[in-house]
Amino acid sequence: MLKEGAIESRLVAGPLVVTTWPRSFLLPPHSRGKLLRDFNQSTVVVGHGYASFQANRRSLISFSDDVSLLVVLIDTNPFFWSTSSSSLNFHQFVSHVLVFLDLIVRLSQLNQIVVIATGHNTCDYIYDSSLDTDQVTGEGELPALYSFVLQRLEEFVDKDEKLGAKQEGLSEKRASSLLSGSLSMALCYIQRVFRSGPLHPQPRILCLQGSPDGSEQYVSIMNAIFSAQRSMVPIDCCYVGSHNSAFLQQASYITGGVYVKPQHLEGLYQYLATVFAVDLHSRSFLQLPRPAGVDFRASCFCHKTTIDMGYVCSVCLSIFCKHHDKCSTCGLVFGKVQSDAASDRKRKVPES
Amino acid sequence: MNNSEKKRMNGEAEEENEEDVEDEGRDAWERTYTDERSWEALEEDESGLLQPIDNKAIYHSQYRRRLQSLSATSAASRIQKGLIRFLCVVVDLSKAAGEMDFKPSRMAVIAKHVEAFIREFFDQNPLSQIGLVIIKDGVAQSLTELGGSPEAHIKALMVKLGCAGDSSLQNALELVHDTLHKIPSYGHREVLILYSALSTCDPGDIMETIQKCKKAKLRCSVIGLSAEMFVCKHLCQETGGSYMVALDEGHFKELLLEHAPPPPALAEFAIANLIKMGFPQRAAEGSIAICSCHREAKVGEGYICPRCKARVCELPTECRFCGLTLVSSPHLARSYHHLFPIEPFTEISARQFELSRVASKTCFSCRESLLTPGTNKAGPCAACTKCKQYFCLDCDIYIHESLHNCPGCESRRITPAAASATKS
Repeated sequence: MLKEGAIESRLVAGPLVVTTWPRSFLLPPHSRGKLLRDFNQSTVVVGHGYASFQANRRSLISFSDDVSLLVVLIDTNPFFWSTSSSSLNFHQFVSHVLVFLDLIVRLSQLNQIVVIATGHNTCDYIYDSSLDTDQVTGEGELPALYSFVLQRLEEFVDKDEKLGAKQEGLSEKRASSLLSGSLSMALCYIQRVFRSGPLHPQPRILCLQGSPDGSEQYVSIMNAIFSAQRSMVPIDCCYVGSHNSAFLQQASYITGGVYVKPQHLEGLYQYLATVFAVDLHSRSFLQLPRPAGVDFRASCFCHKTTIDMGYVCSVCLSIFCKHHDKCSTCGLVFGKVQSDAASDRKRKVPES
Repeated sequence: MNNSEKKRMNGEAEEENEEDVEDEGRDAWERTYTDERSWEALEEDESGLLQPIDNKAIYHSQYRRRLQSLSATSAASRIQKGLIRFLCVVVDLSKAAGEMDFKPSRMAVIAKHVEAFIREFFDQNPLSQIGLVIIKDGVAQSLTELGGSPEAHIKALMVKLGCAGDSSLQNALELVHDTLHKIPSYGHREVLILYSALSTCDPGDIMETIQKCKKAKLRCSVIGLSAEMFVCKHLCQETGGSYMVALDEGHFKELLLEHAPPPPALAEFAIANLIKMGFPQRAAEGSIAICSCHREAKVGEGYICPRCKARVCELPTECRFCGLTLVSSPHLARSYHHLFPIEPFTEISARQFELSRVASKTCFSCRESLLTPGTNKAGPCAACTKCKQYFCLDCDIYIHESLHNCPGCESRRITPAAASATKS
């Protein structure tokens, strides 16, 4: 029986815990030779004077076509992470992701990263590499980026837990996270980048999701997907949960992104670095994993089973598997002209 | 004729001399130069370069006006939206379409924007169909049949661009009526006429044709390119469509794209029906079959009709052999935001924002500062009525026009208990 809103492994307890940071499974970024180009280690690790140095560099360098803005959506849903039976716990997951973020920053001086956390009760921005307030000096053995993100994640998880404590009846087995909220925030941020002028990095969204799909979010997620398709922003997904997520498979297919469900979660960083670190321009030269088949069949509203032939109400587009007399969603009777009680005008019944 | 022309020119010269004295003699185009003086709105920065004019406030006020008009019409009665539309676009290619008041010619401008309109239309209404009709030499011809593939329509239109002869509105209406009469009852029948001529040469009584169209529940809208005509106005009033005249190319594009989202449909216009549709699965990788649309052998691509197992190349389409409408669930999902629209945000003035004392003065979704740049005072912003979060004006426009999700409402988890508490 899990505690309401608690996750088993906390990120840090008290001051920054450095000694328990597991490094054995982390493959060094140096070995990804094909992807790394300029290796500006000194500018990332040395936090002192980092902000001004970065600003000066940016003004001298023009944007090439392989600069990317990566918006990472991290799933912090405690219901998923505490019950996940895989070999990856939240602690290890975050460490893989942090090294991946470091890799992105090192790939190009102009790459930008934004991290948004997807919680169970809320979503929030964690880190924005272009903000001056987010450049901090590193203390202790961890690089500045890691400690800052860890601290903010800790604060976010606390806030998420507090918001959940007010609610009752949370014994759901398949509790989903608020993916539609973080996707919407990511898309609004990307629109802001588009507005900032003719020179901007190419944006893409990377979704690191483990929680199952929430069917109540279907319409919002599809709206976000279509908006991303119109703005030409690919949505990639690395799914670390147990069964495939149909929503995210559709998202990647429709927007032209990549969907991967890693088989060996201990090597998550390797999947991230080889598949998702590639910028959009270089993707045309690489063979990235393609989905075997995306199931676009609909599910009927009455039984929630997938059907390949069904009946669709012409007014509200609800799907039924059998012929009904009345639509359960909009309440209209099929085949007859509706009488509109709200309207004042008299209506003549037409001859059918 | 020469004398009267000279007199007119002299008259205008006299008017120009007296323009400082009286205002009523001036035409509207003259007034834009003397009264509005748009060149004075230009500003220079310190180095002498021209600064772009800040159009943000103008865009936002235009967008809010659009939103108000939309919500006013929808709040009036229990309005349903016509989601399955059968639209006939009638393009007037008479001699008047060769006029050069729209650069390079009216015909070229119409063709360019109709292409953009067709793509936008199928993006917003994936289950609908378009048919193209042209009027040339007093005769109306059907360019393409009612179909759901944008490429076919655009290709057909680009080939047949030549203008000649008179324009006949009645012939066009007759042709459109015959085409749209045959479609099933659940579809909404619409006609969009792009009219450049100032007259119509009809073989019979156009009023009768208008009554016929009204009885057949055709909703005719007209976009005029030259001037307002009584016949078009009468047609639109009788059938419940909209009549607008374009002032220039930008305005024409705006008017045309206004017809892309589904119009509110009165309940009597279309009968609710259950339409049998198929949701085909993708064909297996590497399997070879002859597709029914191109009659060519294709490897691996395409979908299989669940009823007759024929191969089709793209969706949405109608199976050629068994007539089943084939769609995929994203096509239906594209129309869901018309059924579940989000409410408009309330506008918050700068003073109200300062009085509200929120913790962070940034937009909730894009984290851009809500303070006017350079000062410490808050600029105008918008707030959602349900989640009470603040958004900047650009996010407001983006959320309502493209995203259709409020990030604040989506980032909250509402339990059934809380939802019923807010309802009561």
